Amino acid sequence: MAERVHKQKSTSDRAAEVTEESGATTAQGDKLRAELDDLLDEIDDVLEANAEDFVKSYIQKGGE
Amino acid sequence: MAIPKVCGIETEYGILVRGGESNPVAASSVLINAYVNDRSRRVDWDFEDESPGVDARGFSYEDALAPEVESHLVNAVLTNGARYYVDHAHPEISTPECSDALQALAYDRSAEEIVRLSMALAAPLLPDGAELLLHKNNSDGKGNSYGCHENYLVARETPFGRLVSEITPHFVTRQIFCGAGKVGCEAPGYSSHEVPYQISQRADFFEEEVGLETTLKRPIVNTRDEPHCDPQKYRRLHVIVGDANMSEGATLLKLGTTSIVLSMIEDSFIGSDLALAHPVPAIRQVSHDPTLRRTLLMQSGARMSALDIQWKLFERASRYAAERGLESVGEDVGRRVLNLWEEVLRGLSDDRSSVADIVDWVAKERLLDAYSQRHGIAAGDARLRAIDLQYHDMRPGRGLAAKVGLRTFVSPEEVARGVDHAPDTTRAYFRGECLRRWPDDIVAANWDSMVFDVGRDPLRRIPMMEPLRGTKAHVGALLDASTSISDLVERLGA
Repeated sequence: MAERVHKQKSTSDRAAEVTEESGATTAQGDKLRAELDDLLDEIDDVLEANAEDFVKSYIQKGGE
Repeated sequence: MAIPKVCGIETEYGILVRGGESNPVAASSVLINAYVNDRSRRVDWDFEDESPGVDARGFSYEDALAPEVESHLVNAVLTNGARYYVDHAHPEISTPECSDALQALAYDRSAEEIVRLSMALAAPLLPDGAELLLHKNNSDGKGNSYGCHENYLVARETPFGRLVSEITPHFVTRQIFCGAGKVGCEAPGYSSHEVPYQISQRADFFEEEVGLETTLKRPIVNTRDEPHCDPQKYRRLHVIVGDANMSEGATLLKLGTTSIVLSMIEDSFIGSDLALAHPVPAIRQVSHDPTLRRTLLMQSGARMSALDIQWKLFERASRYAAERGLESVGEDVGRRVLNLWEEVLRGLSDDRSSVADIVDWVAKERLLDAYSQRHGIAAGDARLRAIDLQYHDMRPGRGLAAKVGLRTFVSPEEVARGVDHAPDTTRAYFRGECLRRWPDDIVAANWDSMVFDVGRDPLRRIPMMEPLRGTKAHVGALLDASTSISDLVERLGA
């Protein structure tokens, strides 16, 4: 009986942890997305102006 | 007993001239000459002991199948002990021999720095409006591939057949953490529609399990038997199956895990139960499955995913470390590699975005996905392929890998020092220091010997058949005491 009580408690604890964790994950996810957004703004400046031509002209000889 | 895993990396860079005539051989020569002429008196590579046609399985090919050695092209040895040369139609740098994976990573980063310095020095030599583009990648997306090869010192006494069968599962599956990622597919019989993104740059190009070739019918295990050291004691395992990595963590893992697995093979610690039923299709299957969920058929009839196989290898490596130690790969570096190996497998198992600072294909995928979402573009858009290429772009400020937050493992100071100085802990020290001190008296150099002009005939060839002799500890004081090359040769008793 005592064991069952313990189990129930730990289940509800776990539920609380999960809620907390997913909150943290969301915050971390927001931060990562924000960083990525900054990077994407910069990529537009850095990326080849004419991607199609650039990709077409990128021809290498096999090596090794 | 496993022998020390002396190692190194050879990287062929993609090269393109924009706004001028794009002859890759000429462009590579301009690039390398610009660097070598700026740095010091040029010392040429010595081809005396090159025999790339000798096969580890015990027979030797005549010229027909041997990789072509274009000895008329620029081919120099640098004061850091590296070789910098034109190979086919690419500039290539082979790092000096390094005593562990972390040191080899540092010299791979120094090699990148040498390429950047070369680009800056070559720029004024190009026609007006022309620009040199270099990429540390392995494919042009049109079916042409070029390599990033690794080399490891292994014991000659380890039977080569066992080495092949026991290393193959690692070579097929390690790409899940050291694949560089690729938009589209170049394997015959597949379309980029079916495979819009894959884990490895190179997996599409492997057609055999084992063989001597490197340019066609590429094998998962290459049998080139050219040890560049005492052939009675050693082999140099020439590994052609890997991608060139931008991530330091990926390079460290690629070299570190492979060094540990090779040591385990030498110590008969790994067993044969991880053998794959069909390694060649498996290497593509792993690459074509970024979900990491598909399973591979094992020789035993069981099925395992690439992650399952890597977890097994990691568990065995941990047990090996506990029972036998990691002296052959360096205790500290070995522990670091084990920790990182576990971290990356855990990340790939649970939430792969957590290892986007280590794993190139994950970092690249994240960027591609975010870009696609923002611009509402679909697979097949040229901009995605351009992002893929620019991830590997060597131009300062234009390379996307430098902007995605990859974790670093070597300091800028180490990287800068490695541009001109050889490692202290291998024979590269002797090669590099002789070149740095007496460039005018060195006629030629290669991996296992140097030819000195002592001022009177004949020229003197000094053999260096032991990769771990000629270190700073061995010859540092001798070099410091020598006043000239002839003095050095005398002191060496040669």
